[in-house]
Amino acid sequence: MRQPLLKVEHLTTRFSVRSGRLFGKALSLTAVDDVSFTLNAGETLGIVGESGSGKSTLGRSVLRLVEAQAGSVVWQGGDLLRLSDEDMRKARRDMQIIFQDPLASLDPRMTVADIIAEPLQIAEPGLTRAQRLEEVQKIMAAVGLAPEMVNRYPHEFSGGQAQRIGIARAIITKPKLVVCDEPVSALDVSIQAQIIQLLNRLRAELDLALIFISHDLSVVRLVCDRVMVLYLGRVVETGPSAEVFGQPKHPYSQALLSAVPLPDPKLARLRQRVILQGDPPSPINPPSGCVFRTRCVYAKDVCAAERPVLKGGEHEAACHFAGRLAKNGEPEMLNSSANA
Amino acid sequence: MTAPLLEFKDYSVHFATPEGDVPAVGRLNLSIKPGERLAIVGESGSGKSQTFLGALGLLARNGKTSGEANFEGRNMVGMRAADLDTIRGSAVTMVFQDPMTALNPVLRISRQLTEIVEVHTGATNAEASRQALGMLAKVGIPDPEKRFNVYPHELSGGMRQRVVIAMALLNRPKLLIADEPTTALDVTVQAQILDLFRNLTSELGAALVIITHDMGVVAGIADRVGVMYGGRLVEEAPVDDIFENPQHPYTRALLSSIPRPDRPVSEMQAIPGRPPNLLRLPQGCAFNPRCPARTDLCVTARPELLPMGVGRRSACFNPVGTNVEVAA
Repeated sequence: MRQPLLKVEHLTTRFSVRSGRLFGKALSLTAVDDVSFTLNAGETLGIVGESGSGKSTLGRSVLRLVEAQAGSVVWQGGDLLRLSDEDMRKARRDMQIIFQDPLASLDPRMTVADIIAEPLQIAEPGLTRAQRLEEVQKIMAAVGLAPEMVNRYPHEFSGGQAQRIGIARAIITKPKLVVCDEPVSALDVSIQAQIIQLLNRLRAELDLALIFISHDLSVVRLVCDRVMVLYLGRVVETGPSAEVFGQPKHPYSQALLSAVPLPDPKLARLRQRVILQGDPPSPINPPSGCVFRTRCVYAKDVCAAERPVLKGGEHEAACHFAGRLAKNGEPEMLNSSANA
Repeated sequence: MTAPLLEFKDYSVHFATPEGDVPAVGRLNLSIKPGERLAIVGESGSGKSQTFLGALGLLARNGKTSGEANFEGRNMVGMRAADLDTIRGSAVTMVFQDPMTALNPVLRISRQLTEIVEVHTGATNAEASRQALGMLAKVGIPDPEKRFNVYPHELSGGMRQRVVIAMALLNRPKLLIADEPTTALDVTVQAQILDLFRNLTSELGAALVIITHDMGVVAGIADRVGVMYGGRLVEEAPVDDIFENPQHPYTRALLSSIPRPDRPVSEMQAIPGRPPNLLRLPQGCAFNPRCPARTDLCVTARPELLPMGVGRRSACFNPVGTNVEVAA
């Protein structure tokens, strides 16, 4: 068994937000709440959840683009959260990020060559200008950009090409981990497939580990080995993709999956769907016990009293009734365990 | 055969820009029947939104429509704003993508809802309030009395979109046009809102046009589908036919490029290249530079949208998967 590349334990990130009133006291919003996971070299972990679930904050906390308040991020034997700024900068050449909005994430006043070369300039200051340019052109070819475009500016590129620039910038330092934060959400449908296939190919060629953050479950299902479902900052379910998507254990995962629109009209008509009522509650004042209980059709007294822990081995769910709910949310547990 | 509710005849939308004339929609012929649910699918720049914004007189200042867009026989192209106002907001209404920008942030939702009833029907405020409260309950706003006087920012995204839908349905329209109504929403809320569209349009007998780029949304809600590319309608067919037997290579390519649970990444077929720049549309068929079935003819001549089988049309010289010969 090889050492995991990354081991995140009890990671918690809070933001301080102002209450609506002038001079109101500061409130604390827990965006990431006690999250633990491991990631092996070359593995792809999907993080799914709706807006406000904390998935982007989690990705950024791991890279320390947002500072976490508690927990540890063990990377190659050391805790990243305890590194000095200088050491963190050195560690960063092995971990990169790709953002959702490709054009907004590129400096409009830099040429493509300068944008892609910048991480290399920091990671390997010893390279000559010519050597850097050679690396840049090699990477551009690898991501499907014509190397003669080096002197162009970001506005001259379409969304799909701009995202290729973002990917080139992320992989030029030959990182071991890339966090992809909604990498295809801003792209046209016909371009999404190009970028997904590119990421998939690069991952295999460079033995990259990916943390793939997305609200699009169909994409995550296709590209990820393992998946983690977040709700209000907490992991409600995690496991191998095939299992979580095939047999979701948590009622939230079940509802989330059944809400995904299927691109097949006949299946769509036949499908039994669990439609959740209402919206997620505010993360400033989360419900007691299980955070999902306010929208859960199976909620019982115990759900308000006790916070469920993740259990179940490889495929874990944080639900008091996990394993006792039938596959598609048939309420078989209702008779058997009315007041567990 | 029922008369169409809305019928486009050789309808075009152009924009005058400093770089030149942008043909956003080219010679569209399409009709929408009472009570049906039509999805218009396309990528950004395909003209799917501008088609309907133009018909309702909502284009940006440099936009211009030509041809006909007949609503119950009255041509809306070139119609005076005062006359358009007898149609839009009552018989034809529209729901937009972003519910925050569709609502006025400085007015309570009660005022925004009652205003459209008062303006279009001359009802008293008390009567309009009664109707507005009833509609809020119908669109699934819990406790409507309590929320009647809130401002838009006090509501979640899903709730705001429900308010916008309530506004659109208050005057019992015959046609509701929804432009990417769930794109800004989370997937569980999207499912709620799509259910709402399905149930309420059939309850009120209204026709629904849903403009979207999401084939999953199309499959779940539409009876009929129109596919647009480069400002043109390239295929139109009943929903099952579009998914099972697409005739236009673009429709087929689009379906092969979307992620599906039953298909590994290696079998996804990305469409090479990118959508055309409307300022420099390719000669002939706009899809020809990306098309696997291109022939010399596709580069020189533009295929017309022609009937191909029962209830369907497509604009391609080499339609896929059919034995239908295209009249030369």
